[in-house]
Amino acid sequence: MSEYLAVAIFAAFIVAFGVVSIGVAWLLRPARPDAVKLENYECGAEPIGSAWVQFPVGFYLVALVFIVFDALAVFVIPWALVVRTAGLGAFWVMAAFIAIVMLGWVYAYREGVLEWK
Amino acid sequence: MEHLALDALAAFILLNAVIGMVTYVTLLERKFAARMQSRIGPYRVGPHGLLQPIADALKLMMKEDIVPRAADRWVYNLAPIVFLIPCVLIFATIPFAPRLGLADLNIGVLFFLAVSSLEIVGLFMGGWGSNNKYALLSAMRAVNQIISYDLPFVFAALIPVVLAGSLQMSAIVAAQQGLWFVAYPVIGQLGFVAFLVATLAAENRVPFDILEAESELVAGFRVEYSGMKFAIIQLGEYAHMIASSFLGALLFLGGWLGPGSDIPAIGVLWFLLKAMLVFLVVTWVRWSFVRIRVDQILAVSWKLLLPATLGLLLVTAFWVALRGGAGA
Repeated sequence: MSEYLAVAIFAAFIVAFGVVSIGVAWLLRPARPDAVKLENYECGAEPIGSAWVQFPVGFYLVALVFIVFDALAVFVIPWALVVRTAGLGAFWVMAAFIAIVMLGWVYAYREGVLEWK
Repeated sequence: MEHLALDALAAFILLNAVIGMVTYVTLLERKFAARMQSRIGPYRVGPHGLLQPIADALKLMMKEDIVPRAADRWVYNLAPIVFLIPCVLIFATIPFAPRLGLADLNIGVLFFLAVSSLEIVGLFMGGWGSNNKYALLSAMRAVNQIISYDLPFVFAALIPVVLAGSLQMSAIVAAQQGLWFVAYPVIGQLGFVAFLVATLAAENRVPFDILEAESELVAGFRVEYSGMKFAIIQLGEYAHMIASSFLGALLFLGGWLGPGSDIPAIGVLWFLLKAMLVFLVVTWVRWSFVRIRVDQILAVSWKLLLPATLGLLLVTAFWVALRGGAGA
């Protein structure tokens, strides 16, 4: 458990580094804002409207396929650890499982989910 | 209490080592890129430009920090730090020599994979919080890329795990005592190449840098950042890249193993040398190839890399299971 404590301390140090360096920069830097400077950057043109609009993300279905394979990865990681000792039986079980998931992949491929539209 | 103080000291040293390494790796990359283009690169600040990174850091510190009026202030200001945490935190589990690391977790590789993909949270916060169209498009592309390349990355990284039978970084290196995993016939080389391609994409490096794409998105999600916040985002990005190079050297190139690596100092040198070799290959790719399109990036990942890494993993597991628990 103490090893995780070291990781937590490290994370705290990273946050401290970020906050302190931004804080020091805040003390050193000039601050002369004006209306034009605070405008969003759009290559010099005046920005039209907000960026927070709805637009089609184009990879919605890919994200669904990702979830399937991510769940597969959850099962594969412990299996990868023990396959050496568990032997060929464990290998065939996982091979069958991956084959079933890959059938889904073939279906997604043929339905054109993996194409960018 | 004493234990706590020791941990804190180790964490402090590691943080400084990482920041020092990142600043100088930027110089290394600029010098290397310059040489590839028959230029000299940074030369004016200090002998051979050796003080350039320090000058850069000071300059960025003195620069005005601009928060666009339309931005979501909280999200915008928090994003650099949220981005920095996972990028540097992944160094926690990397041992630089036997017993010379912050925490040699028994789930080291899993920790690395899990935390390294968290960078997307900070990245998306930056892209969304800026309220800038380029930044938002870039963040969307980044999400697309991370969900496409995280899987090949994980499966490629699992190949050494299967070979070593452990997720602990030091155990994986120990398992390469006889033969580095990259030297294993076919699976080693193909696995290493798949790992390199997946890390290139996971770090959003050329030729997979569509989210930065200077010619269309200016600077991607960090277009509105300036001063120290920009510096912190850059630092995180480079830290992530170097950590991935270290992971590659550790998983496939035998980590600190090499002639004379019984002495910790020489082991660290070997490890650094291998990691820098991986990093230079990545840089070499960056300055040699052109950016590929979004649909091509998706195709490479989903149609080639994902089935290929899964297949490789199965072949590796079959071979390991066939040989039984005798050890590699």
